Amino acid sequence: MEIKLRDPNIIMKLSRLGSFHQSKLSFLRSFLDEFKDWEYKKDLFDLDEKGHGTAIYSFKKKDRVYSLVCFANKINDEERSDRVIATKWDAAFTLHDGVPLKQDIERLRNEVPRQEVGRLSYKELTLSRANKSVRVFNHVVESLSNGNQPDLELLKKVGYLYRTTAVYGSGKFGLADRFRIKNREEINGPFRLEMMLVYLVRQFTFDQVNHVARFRNPKTAVNLDPKICKKLGIGNSTGLGMAPFIVNHPTLLNNWIMSREIALKKIREIKKVNSDEVELFIKSVKNSIENITSWNTESEYQKKKITSLLENVQIFLKFIEKEFSFETNYPFNEIYLWLEKETCDECIEYIVSIMMEPFDDIVKPLISKMSSEEDQYFNIPSHRTIEDLRSIIEKRYPDILKINFDKKENHKNFWFISKNKEEPRYADRFEEDGSELEQPLAIARDIKKLHDQLIITKGSLTIDKFLIQNTDLRHVVRRAFIIEKFPYAEIQDNTIGEKVVPIDMLRLKLSFFGALKFDPRSDKWLRICMFQGAPLPEELKNYDQQWVYNS
Amino acid sequence: MKSLSEIETTTKRASKAAGFSWGIAEEVGKSIRLLELFGLAGIKNLNKYYIARSSKKFENTNLINENNNSNELPYCPIILGVCFLDQIRSLEKFNKITFNKISYPLLILPFLSRSSEIIGKKIYLKFDKYEFLLNLNVSISSNLFNQDCPIITNDVEINILENKDNFSDQDWKSLYKISEETFVEETDSLKQGAAGAGLTDND
Repeated sequence: MEIKLRDPNIIMKLSRLGSFHQSKLSFLRSFLDEFKDWEYKKDLFDLDEKGHGTAIYSFKKKDRVYSLVCFANKINDEERSDRVIATKWDAAFTLHDGVPLKQDIERLRNEVPRQEVGRLSYKELTLSRANKSVRVFNHVVESLSNGNQPDLELLKKVGYLYRTTAVYGSGKFGLADRFRIKNREEINGPFRLEMMLVYLVRQFTFDQVNHVARFRNPKTAVNLDPKICKKLGIGNSTGLGMAPFIVNHPTLLNNWIMSREIALKKIREIKKVNSDEVELFIKSVKNSIENITSWNTESEYQKKKITSLLENVQIFLKFIEKEFSFETNYPFNEIYLWLEKETCDECIEYIVSIMMEPFDDIVKPLISKMSSEEDQYFNIPSHRTIEDLRSIIEKRYPDILKINFDKKENHKNFWFISKNKEEPRYADRFEEDGSELEQPLAIARDIKKLHDQLIITKGSLTIDKFLIQNTDLRHVVRRAFIIEKFPYAEIQDNTIGEKVVPIDMLRLKLSFFGALKFDPRSDKWLRICMFQGAPLPEELKNYDQQWVYNS
Repeated sequence: MKSLSEIETTTKRASKAAGFSWGIAEEVGKSIRLLELFGLAGIKNLNKYYIARSSKKFENTNLINENNNSNELPYCPIILGVCFLDQIRSLEKFNKITFNKISYPLLILPFLSRSSEIIGKKIYLKFDKYEFLLNLNVSISSNLFNQDCPIITNDVEINILENKDNFSDQDWKSLYKISEETFVEETDSLKQGAAGAGLTDND
């Protein structure tokens, strides 16, 4: 039986994309899988009694070494801010390509803590900074120094000792361009080195808290129990900076979604499944309930989604345990059809993610297809005709062509780059200044404008002639020809409308990162947790692949 | 050192600020990245051109012909480059294309380089005493190295080169003969057992 890939016009709606969850395809899980055989080492740990100083951690295999260089600094409580406008952080990090020499460490000591105003070199791959959750960190130090383990309820509620506020890569601030490393065998998935940085930072936070506790009271101090460490991840505050990324990288977005869709299609096409596969699937769904119930957020929007998800997952479990037989042919197709009929978007995508757990043979080959050589698709095929272009747009953007952009509510907002931090922002064009400097992220509006122009243009005219008179539409002409080849490359929604929820765009990207526990703090930023429940570096050689559900 | 990613992003933003559409700005970003990757002074020339644009006017190209003459103003290298790239498939039929006046001619190089890749043919560019060979967007050979490129040139010639060997028959034969020293002479019995031996090809 052949199952069709799901319709991009349904899947690429923002509300659906904002319901995506982590899966085996997620970058932090594929990072762990790739680096599980590498040699992990703590190369340097030179901190004072307060936990300030330098530390270096590395992953090594044959001649290749990646080193995380950490600088922990003293900052005052009033200087600590998760906002991108901050200029000081509790700790700053860079992932260095190779073993850093003494002069590298001195150079990095001057640059890394300055983050955006510092300069890195082609020898550095990623850059980040993080702040303590002061409440949790101090509590853990206090408990450990007195010989006790910390309050598990508090730790469970927060989920981390530190949270990062940005992780940069791919040439930012002088870091190595992606082309320098893209052919390395181990970099066969997106954001792999960003994931490595966050993972090693997590270990640094455990080592630092143990170190400070020991200095506070050397006679009584104990180390944080590794079982508790495992239950902690790294927090992350994420704002709008992430949203334009998925618009600006259409082929990459396509490859992420396409991999997920191919995995689902292949799983639905399996005629018979064995008992081990069934058991693993059901166990993962059941264990995942704890993730949902331990998900804390103040956001009413998210609370409603969690409540609905929990109810729907429980209904689903009841269905597969009492009404459904895995003996039936194409069981996962039957399950999928039931989900579409009986549950909410959030639950459908949640179960789709868990469906991948038993099927490494389907999922693993897809991971290496999630990167993209974007430059290959940059040139506009200018020899093609207006008729071709019109046909592509009508086929690929059916709902977008129905939007009336003369209505105020459909073009209420605009995206711009803030002058003080060079970060993407989103504002009401009728209330704020600056819409004349709008970024080219209103794809739906511009595609509609292009289509309006194509309708009144002779069908046989070639694109090179059309572009002479329509230079303002060039960016969407390029886009339409990309979308012809990559059906999941475009968000099938209006990103400047009154009703748009920008955090849906963030959730999409973060789900592919492998984030858990989305906690929206407004419609424009949210907190998440990464690597919570993940194996510690010493456990990587033989770890539970379903740690996400078993933590 | 600035990364190529930073070069592309900043160039794109500056090009939009200089008055080009976002689509053209994207082209300029990619092109300056390419020039800098090839070790040519992209940022320097673009910067000078954008400063000049604030006080001077330039001619915009539309359809490119075999001979292109701007009456008074020099051609804008960006619009000329983008038009050349867009129209390369129809320009391929001309052996030689000329322009009388182009400002900051170095800036047309990346567009010609990308055009060379699209049609799968090398492109030769000459202005003043400078020559460039644009090799399928893989490399740019030139005699302009560590020198300032002129800010305006009055006589530009572009040749689209047919695909042909870059060496003589004699050179090839000589090299081939050397390569034959890796071959082994077959015996008669081996020849009789080789593919197709003993059969008629008309069966």
